[in-house]
Amino acid sequence: MTTEALTRPRAFSASWLPRYGVYAAILLLIVFNIAFTPYFLTLSNLRIQLIQAAPVVIVALGMALVIGTEGIDLSVGSVMALAAAFIPLYLGYGVIAAIVVSLLAGVAVGLINGLLVARVGLQPIVATLALFVGGRGLAVVISGGRLRDIRNEDLLYLGSGDLLGVPVLVWIAALVVLVVAFVIRRTVFGRRLLAVGGNRPAAELAGLPVKRVLIGVYVFCAVLASIAGLLSVARIQSSDASAVGLLIELSAITAVVVGGTPLTGGRVRVLGTVAGALLMQLVVATMIKHDLPPSTTEMVQAVIILLAVYVARERRTR
Amino acid sequence: MTLLEVAGVSKIFPGVRALDGVSFTLRPGEVHALVGENGAGKSTLIKVLTGVYQPDGGELRYQGEPARFGTPLDAQRAGISTIYQEVNLVPLMSVAHNLFLGREPRNRFGLLDETRMVREATEILAGYGVRADVRRRLGTLALGAQQMVALARAVMIDAKVVVMDEPTSSLEPREVETLFGVIRDLHARGIGIIYVSHRLDELYQVCDAVTILRDGRLVHTGRMADLDRRKLVSLMLGREFGAEFTGFKSADDGPAPAGERPVLRVTGLTSRPRLHDISFEVRPGEVVGLGGLLGAGRSETIKAIGGAYPIDSGEIEVDGVKLGRSGTVRAVRAGVATQPEDRKAEGIVPGLSIRDNIALAILPRLTRMGLVSDKKIDEVVATYMSRLRIKAAGPDQAVGDLSGGNQQKVLLARLLATDPKVLLLDEPTRGIDVGAKAEVQALIDELAAEGLGVVLVSSDAEELVEGADRVVVLRDGAVIGTLTGDRVTTEALMATIAEAADDH
Amino acid sequence: MTMSVTLPAGPGRLAGVVQRQGALAVLVTVVVISLATFPGFRSADNAGTILVAAAPPMLIALGMTFVIITGGIDLSVGSLYVLGGVVAAWASQYGMLAALAAPLLLCGAIGVLNGVLIARTAMAPFIVTLAALLGARGLMRSISDQGSTTYLVRSDAFHELGTGSLFGVGYPVWLAAVLVGLGILTLNRTRFGHAVHAIGGSEDAAALMGLPVRRVKVWVYLLSGLLAGLAGAINAAKLGSGVTVLGSGMELDAIAAVVIGGTLLTGGSGSIAGTVAGVLLLGVIQNLINQVGNVNSNWQQVISGGFLAVVVVAQTYLVRARRTHSP
Repeated sequence: MTTEALTRPRAFSASWLPRYGVYAAILLLIVFNIAFTPYFLTLSNLRIQLIQAAPVVIVALGMALVIGTEGIDLSVGSVMALAAAFIPLYLGYGVIAAIVVSLLAGVAVGLINGLLVARVGLQPIVATLALFVGGRGLAVVISGGRLRDIRNEDLLYLGSGDLLGVPVLVWIAALVVLVVAFVIRRTVFGRRLLAVGGNRPAAELAGLPVKRVLIGVYVFCAVLASIAGLLSVARIQSSDASAVGLLIELSAITAVVVGGTPLTGGRVRVLGTVAGALLMQLVVATMIKHDLPPSTTEMVQAVIILLAVYVARERRTR
Repeated sequence: MTLLEVAGVSKIFPGVRALDGVSFTLRPGEVHALVGENGAGKSTLIKVLTGVYQPDGGELRYQGEPARFGTPLDAQRAGISTIYQEVNLVPLMSVAHNLFLGREPRNRFGLLDETRMVREATEILAGYGVRADVRRRLGTLALGAQQMVALARAVMIDAKVVVMDEPTSSLEPREVETLFGVIRDLHARGIGIIYVSHRLDELYQVCDAVTILRDGRLVHTGRMADLDRRKLVSLMLGREFGAEFTGFKSADDGPAPAGERPVLRVTGLTSRPRLHDISFEVRPGEVVGLGGLLGAGRSETIKAIGGAYPIDSGEIEVDGVKLGRSGTVRAVRAGVATQPEDRKAEGIVPGLSIRDNIALAILPRLTRMGLVSDKKIDEVVATYMSRLRIKAAGPDQAVGDLSGGNQQKVLLARLLATDPKVLLLDEPTRGIDVGAKAEVQALIDELAAEGLGVVLVSSDAEELVEGADRVVVLRDGAVIGTLTGDRVTTEALMATIAEAADDH
Repeated sequence: MTMSVTLPAGPGRLAGVVQRQGALAVLVTVVVISLATFPGFRSADNAGTILVAAAPPMLIALGMTFVIITGGIDLSVGSLYVLGGVVAAWASQYGMLAALAAPLLLCGAIGVLNGVLIARTAMAPFIVTLAALLGARGLMRSISDQGSTTYLVRSDAFHELGTGSLFGVGYPVWLAAVLVGLGILTLNRTRFGHAVHAIGGSEDAAALMGLPVRRVKVWVYLLSGLLAGLAGAINAAKLGSGVTVLGSGMELDAIAAVVIGGTLLTGGSGSIAGTVAGVLLLGVIQNLINQVGNVNSNWQQVISGGFLAVVVVAQTYLVRARRTHSP
């Protein structure tokens, strides 16, 4: 009887870097900022950082679930735009109606993505590419290509209000984090999602409703994106379908990857993703505070992405 | 004179000494068997010889000179070619392009000479018994023919050493004969062959010398003829002959009572172009073998019953209840559990823990108020880990880190956890070591004794005949005979297959 | 001693032809219908406009075809396209050669960086080139004062390269045609081309067969980078300046064109002729939308997206038809 396999150490769990690297980086950056950035540790600054990170956190969590199934969703930015485009159209029927309609837009996009991936069997990157290209165009067409101001008090409360001294936006993001963590850890759907990402043919043969799980994941992700879309509208106090959520798919993927979720599926790191989003927000904020131009920020982001994926990459041999 | 020599080679992976001071010598024209259990270090040694891995210690001498191969390409250029267990060619490219890949003939403009490639490929392959349009995609060839293309490719490059890693694992007996013919030819031409196989018959049939590895160490090297089978096996296992080898019950347990209602009834199962009008029954407590050559439709039949292969017509009845058209979800719910042939690709979820793998198919049952209950999962997992003697650091160890045998047991545990009425096993002992093999075989009998209906597919004729109460023989996707009672023997199986082939 | 040879071909062949030539068929149909319906579409001028406009995307899609056949993807080409344009316009003050060499050097270097990271570190091409997308954009912004400086093309010869024509056909079109021809030869009739196919078809097999997998990968990303830089330079020559805002989404257009052209995104199989049809098809659609005039230009995105979806769905079913009929 061979015992070799039993004693083989798991290079994965052995290396702490992909798991905890993101927290270490945040800590480092915070220490740096406390030392060198004036007014960093003020309440108002922390508030701003959290508010700015909130939409990315929400979108990134949806993305993390999709990536957990070995997929990717490029259409999240377009979904945000669609959600934003519908809000002014239906605000006349009340806040609830507007929110419901924009969430429904998310459900619709998610269904299309999910059906293309699960039923037709397209690669996720292609399936969601179609709506990435078409979705924003549609959003701009729907909104008539105009920027519309939002004056509804209830909606604006979501974007700029406070609850117990903490911005409502941050509460919502925190709630989303809890919901996603709960879904992954405690629900049958969450467990199945990881199995589908870990080995789809095996999940199929085990009798799991793989297609339903996949469709569910894309709908979930799109709904989170439309929540982020309407929150963005509420925060900016206007709806501009051509600008809302532009390039957010990059930030979201970055946050997920930096947070240690492998692109190969089968594993989702919820807190890591949140930390990934916060880290990227801190990086941007730090660079702005130190008068570095956006171009430098982009290049630094590129390096961080590469580093994160490099330390987390799978062993190839054996 | 030696062709290839390895002296005291070691290879260390994090935490594992995969090769520990192994020495071994290959002479020109020698067919040298390399044997050992899974994890003994065979594959590592081959990878060191062929430039995939660099040794951490020791020396490699090739044609008398110290050698060091940085890449597989270096080794190939020096004349060491390898054909692997799974055909390692490119299915989407044409047969001719595969044959010449990397050394295509070029015309005077430096462009590839398509006409010459097609002509030469046709000629070369004819020498290996393959007659096919070489312009077609390789993937459209039968698996055996693909293996021959791989072999032709390996030999073509003026190879002095050919390494064969379980070359017959996917071949039909007839193709094996062709392969042995080619091996004898290579032998006559003075090419050294390193032959890795688990099939003892083959080793004694074609090999001159043998080297046995165990736990990364050399335990024996010498002439094949000087070593009898019992000695060979005990050297491989590092222990004396034990009870493990009586894993199967004796064949004359007698068939299950004929009157009992079948737990699985397949009627007129058809899936064009692979399966035609397949019918058979399995009674509770019965193990029915599916016999036949590779490509006869055994795996397809298994998958079709399990709902993972489309069905054009026919009926599948489980415990008297008709199964709707296709779909794994419905099949699993009806009590059919399928163990696929390719454990890694379709069986286990390597990244998940043993726990999650076992619980995977029955999660909805392991919930409390709609939420997954860890306590319920732990109970099920503990039951099966001890019953199947799964050896692991603990239930939270990732399945991908287990040995092949333990992975297979985890997979079986997952199937059993669904409380199946019918168990479909496709090559349940492939690629696992001898000890685990005996355990799995014993388990199959145990399960049948508990009243499950078992369908067993195995390319190991002995295993099939010993394990099954009845054998349904398939050819070209159709049933050509059934062996029952005393007729369940290797000879009868071969005869049935051969008979049918003659009629053809 | 003849062994079981091949499985029957069946109707899979037909599906194969449709998959490979589908984009061409649709292109011809759309063009014929447009010729009949839109008077404005009919002129030779318009044909020239379509072709010249299609030249830069054609170059990018050409490189992308190689990358995708190896089973990879290059998301950085849109950024490299813009970067190439800005650098070319800036360098044009030193003459035409400099205006061509500078973007090729810079974008080629980034392509090599992509290739080396992908080939050496086993990181996913998707993520490496995503980082390159950000990095190249950052680089472009930092040399153009955060995008606010637009360099004008200072070399007349270089400007001529983008705007002039030979036998009534614009230079960019000639350039694209020649490179496409070379590309087709390279892909189908050289060892490199076969290696590209082999790597996409089965990377492990290619490595075990002794193909220089890493080197080939570095080369395809280099090629992709070079072609994106060249496309940017040609575009700058055409416009007379290095525009800093264009080019986002260019990588996705290129991927769309390649996929519409019948190249499998999973690698191992594809055709440059198909990519040409794909690029022209997207170009014609854009042209038609401009022809109709009163249509909101955002519809173009909607139509492109819809078209992409229809094509890939159709393609998937065709491939599946082939598989079931000739497994």
